[in-house]
Amino acid sequence: MSRAAVSTPAPSSDDDWADDDLPRSLAVRYSLQDRVFLHVVRVLAFTVLAITSGIGIFLGAQSVPTLRHYGLSFFTEYRWLPSQDIVGIAAVVLGTLQVAVIALLLAFPLSLLTALFITDWAPAWARPLLVRMVDLMAAVPGIVFGLWVLIVIQPHATEVTHWISKYFGWIPFFHVRTDVDYPIWTQAPGYPSYAGSAAIAALAVAMMIFPMATSVMREVFAEAPAGEKEAALALGATRWSMVRTVVLPFGRGGIIGGTMLALGRALGETISVVMVISQAFEIKPYVLESGTATISALIASGFKEASPAQLSALLTAGFLLFVMTLVVNSLAAVVVARSRGGGVTEL
Amino acid sequence: MSTVTAPPRHLAEPDPAEPIAPPVETLRQAGHRTREDVLSLLGAVVGSVATTWLLYTRILPFSGAVGFTVCWYAVFVAFYAALTALTQPRRIVVDRVVTAVVMAAPALIGLALLSTVVSTVWKGLPALTHLNFFTDDMAGVRAEDPFSMGGIAHAILGTVIEVCIAVAIAMPLGLATAVYISEVGGRGAVLVRTVVEAMTALPSIVAGLFIYSIWIVNLGMETSGLAASLALAVMALPIMARASEVVLRVVPNGLREASYALGAGRWQTVWKVVLPTARPGLATALILGVARAVGETSPLLLTSGASTFFNADPLHDPMNSLPLFVYSAVTTGSPQMEQRAYAGAAVLLVVVLSLFLLARVAARGRKNR
Repeated sequence: MSRAAVSTPAPSSDDDWADDDLPRSLAVRYSLQDRVFLHVVRVLAFTVLAITSGIGIFLGAQSVPTLRHYGLSFFTEYRWLPSQDIVGIAAVVLGTLQVAVIALLLAFPLSLLTALFITDWAPAWARPLLVRMVDLMAAVPGIVFGLWVLIVIQPHATEVTHWISKYFGWIPFFHVRTDVDYPIWTQAPGYPSYAGSAAIAALAVAMMIFPMATSVMREVFAEAPAGEKEAALALGATRWSMVRTVVLPFGRGGIIGGTMLALGRALGETISVVMVISQAFEIKPYVLESGTATISALIASGFKEASPAQLSALLTAGFLLFVMTLVVNSLAAVVVARSRGGGVTEL
Repeated sequence: MSTVTAPPRHLAEPDPAEPIAPPVETLRQAGHRTREDVLSLLGAVVGSVATTWLLYTRILPFSGAVGFTVCWYAVFVAFYAALTALTQPRRIVVDRVVTAVVMAAPALIGLALLSTVVSTVWKGLPALTHLNFFTDDMAGVRAEDPFSMGGIAHAILGTVIEVCIAVAIAMPLGLATAVYISEVGGRGAVLVRTVVEAMTALPSIVAGLFIYSIWIVNLGMETSGLAASLALAVMALPIMARASEVVLRVVPNGLREASYALGAGRWQTVWKVVLPTARPGLATALILGVARAVGETSPLLLTSGASTFFNADPLHDPMNSLPLFVYSAVTTGSPQMEQRAYAGAAVLLVVVLSLFLLARVAARGRKNR
């Protein structure tokens, strides 16, 4: 049997050793088994470190040839014309942000209300079931939601976006550059103007990020102190006033953190966006209008015909996406960690 | 709720000297719903449906199911609030309105999820009912051929092979990293943890692009199942490491200390105490990671190439997979292929669902013992 042999210096024969109460110096000598274990685990962990940081460094290093080749116009150019070697990411960055923000605007209220419903409205027997449903939804592949939005939802969604652009088109965001008053609008020459817009792609992304936001918020809401909740109810509060005065202030960190984690996910969502949008490289605020582009969709559609310089431009765009996600996620992690008081109970 | 403490034991036990049976306490019905509440809810529903129908379809120039539902809901909330306000104070009205709003969100999401699943299975049904869909590949099958020809067996095989290789790479590395971070510790562990946590932010498409540019462009390899597996592994590695680390961290320290106190070494403590304690959590985390890898499309799009034929060799030739099959079938634009895509998506959903149930069983199995 091997064991960690903790050898202490043997007490010397002098009698005065018991007088000084200095801590003994422990020389830890691990057994062979433990040394092998520690060594193997350390090597594996540093392999993972090398792989993961290698990716980051490789992506970062790609921005050097890109900037050398395209200069600063890489960030200001909105067109992506590989055949003419005009390449820039201004439009795709804007499109990425538009899709992610709209998805967040759609998913945030739904997540917040669903999380509150699970912790404070649902009967006790239904709670585990609902939690499991949300977790299950997180596992649904993006391509399934993409397919659903593309074929099932898009006909209805274009109806709604047409209505919005018809009555609220004077707000720049809701404007669609077509004849909104055409009598039979589905046959209007501008009908394609409504399909494949940033807003409709955001529907699919919202379905993807909803479970994540909901489960983070729910976890924090569930930790709201029961004593305070019961005190509020005992003082005659209705359920809503209890939630408003106890649960929501307690869960503020979770709300913010969960939302930001969802934003990080939304920025990188690829396949459902690629399926829905009709790609167009253009800087515009009209989110209901057909045609947008995101970084991930650009990579998915542009990698095949890319020359080495353009491939490194794509990698730079990917690096930028990664940095955006990283910043958002780190902020979210800080916020969530701060909102969770106390650690795990020690046994 | 944990705030109610049990009464001291001696009070609950009957005193043997005085054998008077304690009065049987019946639980009061704590339900707060009176007949009036039910009726006002019912009245609001009926009234709002009727009003909306009249206004929406007869008087105002609107049409469409979505608009009807939205208008109905707004009218319903208004009616419900007004009916409640007849008899109840203001704060109860507010509470009811908020309840109606809170209930709507999960209902909406539930409907969307139901619609996703049902429409996927329903539209895929014509293809799913042919047995050859599960046993055949798409080699030589044209888009407009009937469903009695062609199938997705090659894509299922490809998914299994690619995910198995990816998991075989990512799972041991991820677990070892988690053990290093949580059981070995030290300054190196902090560094590894920081970097791994940062890399969980790596979008899957960027992982795919990384493998594409290193493996296929720089090293000149062909698009193959192995390249796809590498991309999936790169994507899943930080996720699995992080998830396992979270699970290992909640293993109580007392157990470790007890193990050391009994004279066990580091390896014995990890192998015999920490990992068995964390096993259900680890199983859940890892299976959910696998489920995520199964459904991921974007890294495969760049790395594996889409074949139409059986290919069991991950080293050579393109290899198809379920998500990629669905994607490429949709992009053909033919209605037949679209239905095949739905059928493929339904199979994918079933796979993910069964993995999910497996994770549940793995999480529960330990608790019952």
